[in-house]
Amino acid sequence: MSDYAVELIGVSKSFPTSKGEQIAAVDRISLSIKHGEFFSLLGPSGCGKTTTLRMIAGFELPTEGEIRILGESMGETPPYQRRVNIVFQNYALFPHMTVYGNVAFGLEMDKIPSPEIRERVTEALRLVRLPGMEDRRPKQLSGGQQQRVALARALVKRPAVLLLDEPLGALDLKLRKEMQLELKHIQAEVGITFIYVTHDQEEALTMSDRIAVMSEGQVLQLGTAAEIYESPLSRFVADFIGETNFLDGELETVRDGLATVLVDGTLRLSAGSAASDLRRGQPIILTVRPEKISLHSRQLDGAVAGQIEELVYIGTDTRYQVRVSEGSRLVVRVQNSGSADQAGFRQGDRVYLTWDPAVARILVR
Amino acid sequence: MSVRTERRSRGPLIVLPAALWLILFFTLPLLIVVAISLVERGRAGGVKLPLVFTLEYYQRLVDPLYLGIFWSSIRIGLIVTGACVLVGYPMALFISRVAPGRRNAVLLLVMIPFWTNFLVRTYAMKLLLSAEGVVNNLLVGARLVDAPLNLLFNNFAVILGLVYGYLPFAVLPMYTSIEKFDLTLVEAAADLGANLRRAFLRIMLPLTAPGIVASVILVFVPVVGAFITPDIMGGGKVEMIGTLINRQFGVARNWPFGSAMSLALMAMVVVGVVYYLRTSQEGERPL
Ligand SMILES: Nc1ncnc2c1ncn2[C@@H]1O[C@H](COP(=O)(O)OP(=O)(O)O)[C@@H](O)[C@H]1O
Ligand SMILES: [Mg+2]
Repeated sequence: MSDYAVELIGVSKSFPTSKGEQIAAVDRISLSIKHGEFFSLLGPSGCGKTTTLRMIAGFELPTEGEIRILGESMGETPPYQRRVNIVFQNYALFPHMTVYGNVAFGLEMDKIPSPEIRERVTEALRLVRLPGMEDRRPKQLSGGQQQRVALARALVKRPAVLLLDEPLGALDLKLRKEMQLELKHIQAEVGITFIYVTHDQEEALTMSDRIAVMSEGQVLQLGTAAEIYESPLSRFVADFIGETNFLDGELETVRDGLATVLVDGTLRLSAGSAASDLRRGQPIILTVRPEKISLHSRQLDGAVAGQIEELVYIGTDTRYQVRVSEGSRLVVRVQNSGSADQAGFRQGDRVYLTWDPAVARILVR
Repeated sequence: MSVRTERRSRGPLIVLPAALWLILFFTLPLLIVVAISLVERGRAGGVKLPLVFTLEYYQRLVDPLYLGIFWSSIRIGLIVTGACVLVGYPMALFISRVAPGRRNAVLLLVMIPFWTNFLVRTYAMKLLLSAEGVVNNLLVGARLVDAPLNLLFNNFAVILGLVYGYLPFAVLPMYTSIEKFDLTLVEAAADLGANLRRAFLRIMLPLTAPGIVASVILVFVPVVGAFITPDIMGGGKVEMIGTLINRQFGVARNWPFGSAMSLALMAMVVVGVVYYLRTSQEGERPL
């Protein structure tokens, strides 16, 4: 058995446009997905997530590169001979069959004897918490229930890898949160590798063991949720995952992994540097997450002075917009923990900002 | 039908024109045909006056000669319908896969034959297949055959003519069904282990069946009663119910017998279609 459940090696996919040109929906992607991993492909709409998933499932063949499933090169293996199953974005349930018929379909195709089919369908419906719905038609089910049938229909086949294409996209927020947890539980119970496609960064962060952030057909960064959130390697990733501040500046010095940056010609800030090959004077971007910044009413050593332009109370937090120089503003999020010291700022107040230099990142412009 | 039932609620006045139309051009003529079929024929066509009631013409229908023609008409009808569905389904599938911008243009191509008179088109077919026609000239020219083939004035010619004439009627309803069909369902089936054949039989065929059912009716009903095509392409050698009925009102000058035959054809078609709709709807029930 191979070390990986799925491997993509330099995989590209181009589609012809109406003008006769080729556009690369997926552009030289390489990924190695481990057994039992909850792996997410995260990126904005149109970045090639679905196309990647469809190539793994076998609906599209790569124009370049190789896909291996359980170490075996797939070549032109048709979908019905691959040990993967997919949960479609629109569920694609068979409308003329009952819930039972839908879930049993894949087992019938494998010529499993009917007593075993009955047993496994019942088990799959229990797993997705839909027992007793066997005789309903898909149209008689709510969106959430249809979603569960689609899941049961795929899981009942006991695939090596389950592919999920924005499976929760059509559900409302509350149901989506519930299903996120449930999907995690189900995955832990069955131990199947999940490849999960989503454009919702929060969803990817909560559910995944590892995340590949995609943009324009390429994987920009690959890592755990914490790695991607804390140490983004590009402006796109920092911006796409969570909220963050960007300050354009020039690099002054780099010493002991700590960079000093000059912003707007006056503001001198320090940050943990990302790349080692930075030059003095090089234009860079400094990024720091709003919740990593502290606000103070007194001047502290190394603090950045500013003025509160705007504040928004959002329940757990208060979100401040602070002007730190002529052209630069920083967003600061402060938890409303009840401490009077921090809760008391008002619009127009003069404040002092500090952060641990290690949490600020330097990105090449 | 549905339009009329929807409007019924708006008061009886609004259905009056439709009802009048139906009575004037359907119910009344039908009653006249029934009446004619039950009286003795006149020497020079029409009916004998004063009217004499008789069941003679219905008794004559069960003559093996006529039963044979009924049967061969049904057989030709079934073959033509089958061929139209088999050829039309892939055509409809193809049209539904054409980019939306160009789809109407392709649909128009299917309809273009309707711009030419049916009679003219049938004569054109006849010219193509005649001994001196394009097809035979090509075959002989390519030395595939020594002498021109007898392509005309047989069942084959009639069936070919009918398939050609009625194919658009088969394509359009199937196109409507296939166009609504979500092709990801076939992918879902493939993903679950079905090869193309099984994905088609278990998923696509049952879900596009309403279109096929409509096509079958739309082709079979007129084809069983067809008389122009068998007349021209069969050259009088291929007898179908339609040609037979046509002859009773023409040269044979036997209106009552023609009427009895029309009514028998109508009864047969109604019974057949009702039975067919029943069984095909049963097939759509959940498994
Ligand atoms: N069958 C296709 N033909 C042409 N272009 C396609 C096809 N499928 C996807 N694309 C294009 O490829 C790009 C990526 O699409 P997709 O993989 O669906 O993105 P995502 O799932 O991330 O939203 C898009 O620009 C899309 O228009
Ligand atoms: Mg998508």
